[in-house]
Amino acid sequence: MSALTRASPFGMNREMMKRNYYLCAGLALTGVLAAVTLVGFFWTPYDSAAMSADKFLPPCAAHIFGTDNFGRDIFSRVMEGAGTSFMIALSTIVIGASGGIVLGAVTGYFGGLADEILIRVGDALTAFPSILLALVVISLLGPGKPVNLVISLGLVFIPGFARVTRAAYAEAREINYVKSVRLMGASHARIMLVHILPNTAPVLLSALTIGFNNAVLAEASMSYLGIGVTPPDASLGYMLSEAQSVFGRAPWYALSTGGVMILFLFGVGLIGEGLRVREGEIL
Amino acid sequence: MKYAFRRLSALLLTMLIVSLCTFAAFSGISGSAAEARLGTQATPERVAALREELGLNRPFAVRYAEWLSGFATGNLGDSLTYRQNVGELLRDKVLVSLLLSGMSFALIVLCSIPLSLLVVRWAGTSLDVAHTLWNQFCMSVPPFFTGLLLSWVFGVALHWFTPGAFPGLSRTGEALHFLLFPAVAIAIPRIAMTVRMLRGTLLRELNRDYVRTAISRGSDRNSVLRRHVLKNALTPAVAFLAQMMAEIVAGVIVVEQVFGIPGLGRMLVVSISNRDYPVVQAIVVILAFWVVASNTAADLINVRIDPRLALRDE
Repeated sequence: MSALTRASPFGMNREMMKRNYYLCAGLALTGVLAAVTLVGFFWTPYDSAAMSADKFLPPCAAHIFGTDNFGRDIFSRVMEGAGTSFMIALSTIVIGASGGIVLGAVTGYFGGLADEILIRVGDALTAFPSILLALVVISLLGPGKPVNLVISLGLVFIPGFARVTRAAYAEAREINYVKSVRLMGASHARIMLVHILPNTAPVLLSALTIGFNNAVLAEASMSYLGIGVTPPDASLGYMLSEAQSVFGRAPWYALSTGGVMILFLFGVGLIGEGLRVREGEIL
Repeated sequence: MKYAFRRLSALLLTMLIVSLCTFAAFSGISGSAAEARLGTQATPERVAALREELGLNRPFAVRYAEWLSGFATGNLGDSLTYRQNVGELLRDKVLVSLLLSGMSFALIVLCSIPLSLLVVRWAGTSLDVAHTLWNQFCMSVPPFFTGLLLSWVFGVALHWFTPGAFPGLSRTGEALHFLLFPAVAIAIPRIAMTVRMLRGTLLRELNRDYVRTAISRGSDRNSVLRRHVLKNALTPAVAFLAQMMAEIVAGVIVVEQVFGIPGLGRMLVVSISNRDYPVVQAIVVILAFWVVASNTAADLINVRIDPRLALRDE
């Protein structure tokens, strides 16, 4: 891979895509799932809350994932649940990444006491299971509201992103191109935003894919435990806890819900793998 | 020795900060939660009496010091829901959760080292792609979903154990047999992560000059891999495995719910729903201590393996 093809950090030219099967497969899988999820916001085959007399129907032409104990169409519920999970994970990542990147960029670029404190706090926090931290925050805010779930997860994801960004900025600060633009009179804000940020893209993109998967998993775990999304909203995690109680009668409920979640995580994971392959990192 | 002392004092300092933050966060809302329990009968006199009973009128520092010493004496205050001492309430549950996390950890170590020695030979072949895909897939399976499948297949269908009927720690054999299934559920994605990390470390190590020299001198490739390369990959592996403990604890919290294991995780979830803050804060500190302590243990083991590490951060 020549230096030229790497010139645009976000651009992926065709030649690179051709060789990077992981990235292609990941993007294709995630794309299909995201498209179906997106459709689910506007249209589902059945009303996801509508009950009917057709209880515990196994997968068939009319209900491709079967029906549950209330006769609800599982495919429609999965479409909607995946939407909820996806939106929560996305908002979590938006909060976590924007907070973490700003914090990490400023402390990494300027260094000093704030930097020192951030490293220590970050070290201490990354030693904790993210679910434990999220549970603490949500029990302080009060469980059961989706907003509180997003806030608690978002806060929990800030240190991870701050850590990655800080390392990249602290490294870039010492490199000659940054010193040169500084001599040319560029402001600190401009250097951080225009000059360093694009160079951190590979690291950040990879961190984003891992973070997104962790957010999906964290949301699913908490909703499964009954502390995250609660009825009438449904997310994949909450649906799995429902599915567990009827597993003997309708195993397809748990299998389809879990399967969709696994494929989602698998797709995003492959994108991450592809990004790391693209950087030539030894995996 | 000096290094060990430094690491242990760092451990104590971290735990002091963690416990202080936890206590401060929860003491703010603890009182109001207790008052909420009085419900409609909350006359000012009753509220005052309750605050007195819970000791909320004394200075913060005194309450914190008392609570902290409770971890040594076992007196951590009373649970709001169970009207029982938190220390007594949690004693057995701590052991169950630690046992479960220990078993998952053992599974991870026992499976990932041989597996990574196997897959590192495949680097650059078509098997490598298959392994990467499979590995990535295993990482995507949430432990509670595996747990759900395992408890159904081995519990309900094959009757190897009864989900939800934990035999108790006094019957050690049965308890270990029961905990094996949740431990597997927790371990699968972590084994995948560890294999991936170890494979990378081994590959980097295999590109070193000493490996080429050893092989050109006529050493057997397998013995070079086992005797030289694995040893050099050991310190990063130990550090990585210790970090895994945080992930395992996260898995324990969720998987206990799936199998109905009476451990800290389940208690934590129930107490959060009940707003039983004395129990929540104790569990948080115990789990945090377990994670931080295993990280410290890893540092101490690593410095035995490679004494140069003690000089690095001086």
